[in-house]
Amino acid sequence: MNTANTNGTAKVRSRGLEVFYGEKQALFGVDLDIRSGEVTALIGPSGCGKSTFLRCINRMNDLVDGAKVNGSLTLDGDDIYHREVDVVQLRAKVGMVFQKPNPFPKSIYDNVAYGPRIHGMAADQAELDEIVMTSLEKAGLLGEVKDRLQESGTGLSGGQQQRLCIARAIAVEPEVILMDEPCSALDPIATAKVEELIDELRDNYTIVIVTHSMQQAARVSQRTAFFHLGKLIEMGDTEQIFTNPQQPLTQGYITGRFG
Amino acid sequence: MSDHTVKSYDDELAHLTAIIARMGGMAEAQLSSAVQALANRDDDLAQRVIVGDTRIDELDNEVQTFAVRLLALRQPMASDLRQIVGALNISGEIERIGDYAANLAKRCLILNHLPVSASVAGVVRLAELVRSLVKDILDAYLERNLEKAIQVWSRDEDVDAMYNGVFRDLVDQMTEDSGTITAATHLLFIAKNFERIGDHATNIAETLHFQILGTQPKGERPKGNTIGVPK
Repeated sequence: MNTANTNGTAKVRSRGLEVFYGEKQALFGVDLDIRSGEVTALIGPSGCGKSTFLRCINRMNDLVDGAKVNGSLTLDGDDIYHREVDVVQLRAKVGMVFQKPNPFPKSIYDNVAYGPRIHGMAADQAELDEIVMTSLEKAGLLGEVKDRLQESGTGLSGGQQQRLCIARAIAVEPEVILMDEPCSALDPIATAKVEELIDELRDNYTIVIVTHSMQQAARVSQRTAFFHLGKLIEMGDTEQIFTNPQQPLTQGYITGRFG
Repeated sequence: MSDHTVKSYDDELAHLTAIIARMGGMAEAQLSSAVQALANRDDDLAQRVIVGDTRIDELDNEVQTFAVRLLALRQPMASDLRQIVGALNISGEIERIGDYAANLAKRCLILNHLPVSASVAGVVRLAELVRSLVKDILDAYLERNLEKAIQVWSRDEDVDAMYNGVFRDLVDQMTEDSGTITAATHLLFIAKNFERIGDHATNIAETLHFQILGTQPKGERPKGNTIGVPK
């Protein structure tokens, strides 16, 4: 395996990470470093473990019955699975955007204000307004919704809903943003807007994205990791993975020969 | 490598290679005919070479169009991407080789009507060497034979050495007998063009290396001095 992925400082670092769902092993000894200031794409056929890996980072797998995690996974050197870790605090640091836009059935304003409220991030209404506006602005949505902040978030178009979800994730000032196929339910224009947004966000956040679109991985990420049957097969600079992959499995997958 | 899940993609890649194979075969034949026309002072053959170049140009266009289509419709990755980009490149190189064959044929038409006053033997020997290089690199392309490609790549130096020899002979002929100047000058250009064809064969070898391994050949390109002066 390419060992270049284990150099330098990593925001998120996994070593020998294994995940079991009951009897079934979903991840086998994954060593992977995710650097800050970069977008890391996780690719691979369905069932390869890429989403499982993603969901370990904010402990979403805790919600799955019978899920068990072995090995080490750290955020800034701190064990994510340490028994004293407050999962709510962890998820404030590690935000997540899902495949299908899932705004709360609340107003646009309240969708974004929800996190800051429960984390007590704003001292007064003015401060909360500031957080909401800044988050919508960063998510590239403010211009489109500033005159209807009290309307329901579910009334927006799919692409706008997804950017609202990104605004909601940003509002609690996370350090890492996980995205699980964030554009698979969006049309090409909305997809382009989200991709543009990802590019803008990467200066301030560490972004990990799972995608089935090879072109999307190529467009938005600086590093790409290819998973197959629960193993990390190859990790490298995105350009290298898509022009000159070193592993036959990677080659076969990205050129459309299996998977 | 195993087949693509979408079978028509394999057919299209094979089609691209087939067009280039056809182009390569034609360029090789054009070169042979042009050299023969030169050696035998054969106007008819030279004329056929000049006309025949159009077909190579057409095939080059066909490769460009088809490759662009593949890029747009298949969004190729990795080895497929390298194969298609390489095909664009190689097609251009073969097209240039075809142009040189046609240029040689045009000069034949002039040379054939001059008195036999300059020896063409050296140029013909150089032409044979270069033609064998072109043949080998096209074979290497079809067989995807990296070793053969690297052999061609390293033989370019021989071409350069022989070119320098031919250059000096022609200059000697001109110095001894000013009546040979017109013919010898054409032959100098012809020799230079063959030296260039050798470079195109080398370029194809480099592209082939990139197609197969994803990298350029390592080390300095073997390069003789090609300005007609001994080292």
